[in-house]
Amino acid sequence: MFVQTWLLPAALLVTATIVAFPLSRYLAWIMNGKYRSLPVLGWFEKSLDSGPQDWKQYTGSLLIFNTVLFIFGYLVLALQPVMPLNPDGKGMLFPSTIFNSVISFMTNTNLQHYAGDVHLSNFSQIFFCIANMFISASVGFCALVAIIRAFRGDSSLGNYFVDMWRVLVYMFVPAALLFGFIFVWQGSPMTLKSSYQVTTLEPTAMGTTDKGEVKRQTIVVGPVAALESIKMLGTNGGGFFGMNSAHPFENPTGLSNFFNTLAMMVFPFALVFMYGRMLGRMRHSYVIFAVMLTLMAGTVIWSVCYDTLRPNPGLTAHPVARTYIIPNAKAPGGKQAVRLPAVAGLPLDQHLGNLEGKELRFGTSAGATFDALTTDVTCGAVNAEEDSLNPLAALSPMTGMWLNCIFGGKGVGMINMLLYVIIGIFIAGQMVGRTPEYLGRKIGAREVKLAVIALLVHPLLILMPTGLFSATSWGLKAVSNPGAHGFSQMLYQFSSASANNGSAFDGLGVTFGFVNNPNPSPTAIPWDIATGLVMLFSRYLPIIAPIAMAAFLGAKKASPAGLGTLRDDTATFGFLVLGTILIVGALLFLPVAVLGPIAEHLGPIPFGG
Amino acid sequence: MKELKPAILLFIIFTIICGGIYPAVVTGIAAVAFPRQAKGSFITDKGGKEIGSSLIGQPFSDPKYFWPRPSAATDFAYNAIGSGGSNSGPTNPDYLKTVGDRVKALRDTGVTGSIPADLVQASGSGLDPHISPEAANVQVARIAKARGMSEDEVAKLVAAHTEERQLGFLGDPRVNVLEVNLALDAAK
Repeated sequence: MFVQTWLLPAALLVTATIVAFPLSRYLAWIMNGKYRSLPVLGWFEKSLDSGPQDWKQYTGSLLIFNTVLFIFGYLVLALQPVMPLNPDGKGMLFPSTIFNSVISFMTNTNLQHYAGDVHLSNFSQIFFCIANMFISASVGFCALVAIIRAFRGDSSLGNYFVDMWRVLVYMFVPAALLFGFIFVWQGSPMTLKSSYQVTTLEPTAMGTTDKGEVKRQTIVVGPVAALESIKMLGTNGGGFFGMNSAHPFENPTGLSNFFNTLAMMVFPFALVFMYGRMLGRMRHSYVIFAVMLTLMAGTVIWSVCYDTLRPNPGLTAHPVARTYIIPNAKAPGGKQAVRLPAVAGLPLDQHLGNLEGKELRFGTSAGATFDALTTDVTCGAVNAEEDSLNPLAALSPMTGMWLNCIFGGKGVGMINMLLYVIIGIFIAGQMVGRTPEYLGRKIGAREVKLAVIALLVHPLLILMPTGLFSATSWGLKAVSNPGAHGFSQMLYQFSSASANNGSAFDGLGVTFGFVNNPNPSPTAIPWDIATGLVMLFSRYLPIIAPIAMAAFLGAKKASPAGLGTLRDDTATFGFLVLGTILIVGALLFLPVAVLGPIAEHLGPIPFGG
Repeated sequence: MKELKPAILLFIIFTIICGGIYPAVVTGIAAVAFPRQAKGSFITDKGGKEIGSSLIGQPFSDPKYFWPRPSAATDFAYNAIGSGGSNSGPTNPDYLKTVGDRVKALRDTGVTGSIPADLVQASGSGLDPHISPEAANVQVARIAKARGMSEDEVAKLVAAHTEERQLGFLGDPRVNVLEVNLALDAAK
């Protein structure tokens, strides 16, 4: 049992670390432009090259490109009914949902206010989802490379379009092909067909239609494997099917689940080493890596301990009947009485942990492990329902999103970590009364201001809208669980949007559906717009401000390290960064953590039994 | 705005690569190397007609069949066009009651002793094709009675259809409900 529980997470962390090492060498080699390309590819690369760029031109190109992406994405979804590969005649999504989805995929978030199997045609899956997944993952990657070049003191930050080309053609496409084949081998469909109708073995068990005919099972297929691999590799996380990586076609076996999980980890892991390689400071990147790995192991251990090893006490014996008064916004007077009858041991064999929302083929701790990792690396795919995690276990994925630097998404996670590093050094400098320095360059007021702006966007965009929605009917009408868990649902949605993560407490009523849906969730439109805006701002501000900061810092003269220099390649430095992250994170988010998961754990229906 | 031209050019190239070449290559190779999986892992009857996918669970309610896990798929159980879970919070009183009702329903079919959690807790996708061997074993007596088979025969089928962990540590031991039910029909 012990081995079964811990072997999977341990194997994942170790494998990803081992793979990251050679991969980072390759990434640095590609991004430094040391390769010789095939003539055809070289021609494309040359025609994209608009020359060396400074930080304003680089971010300008990034924004222009993303604008093109937005327009095209909106067109693909809006024109879905008239596009090919749509045999089931899927209609147009409601405009606010399109707005939300386009931003969501453009920003690498993949928060889905729709269900792919219900609402998207294969054309949209390919030209909207797959294309955006490749492209948006490359954007963050390029931003990190630009920052590295700035820190290095290069004369230019490179060329945005050439960087995008390199990332996509030399990294994501080959890797996606490899993982795509693994997923087909394990059972993910890969076809341009859309669905099959089957008569099940016991036809009457499906129930009957209004006309009294026996219902048949409609099995949705499509280009699943191709989407699955880039979904995970690009830490995008937007599923082909509504239930994402829990769906048997997206994730058919325990082995596919291992590769699914590994795929979202390899690039974020490798980027940390790439940072060290490109700067020529490997030891510094080992320290950062160790800090991230410590935090990641912490979140995984936490969720496994509270979800796999502590099954739901509400489903075991409670010998006396009890009545609890719980808050419920939908009940008259805002309060609801719940009577739990005495059960002489509701006799559940829960040795596999909390199984609500979990699939058996992945393994005992696979759901808790995946749910923690998916927010650490801001992937947002899920192989088990986040909403049904035990209360304290749900703190783990939330923490991953709040800190947003435990490896994090492509490039941006590493950028967030650099912000904490700058802040940490600044605080340490204040403590000893020395001008803070990073990479031999003095950190001035302007750099700290930019770092703090970039860092504060994230908590503000989580806490303010969560407050607004939990005080109004926009939020209260959307939650599907009463009490503190309902608050957690809202908090999770905005955390996920702001961290550009994309996982959700899916019970929240945020789906409008097709434009002619007679029965949409009443609050879908405010949720579409609010989370759309949050995703937009929390994506581009924390990319642009750090690039500017790096450019200002890199322009300063580097001075050689002296006796009084705070060395950035020691264990002391690691603890300094770790402490900064934990203290800043706790100051920002502990209050909402108490209102959500911790309050749910404590009661009125106490989770302890 | 000299950046606009390369932006549009890059966008067009990427769309062709990611939306055209890449899916086409994966589809082509998958169709040759893994045709069964690429189509959807369908199980066919003797006439070659699809009766389901070995990866997608089906609902069963007849006492002579193994029953799958509860499904919280959209609209109705095992709706393969609307995968989904219950999204019930673990302390949601409605959820605790639902599980209690499911336990009672199983008790009414003659299940004694402790009840495997997977038989009363819904899966994530609502389409989980598997149950645990324990969940299969508590149903053996009911099925043997309904079919007039001996409990040993049914238990043997369960054992024969129990899939072990991949590589010794990936996944829990499990029984594919559709496949074991097909085997039941073939046996009697």
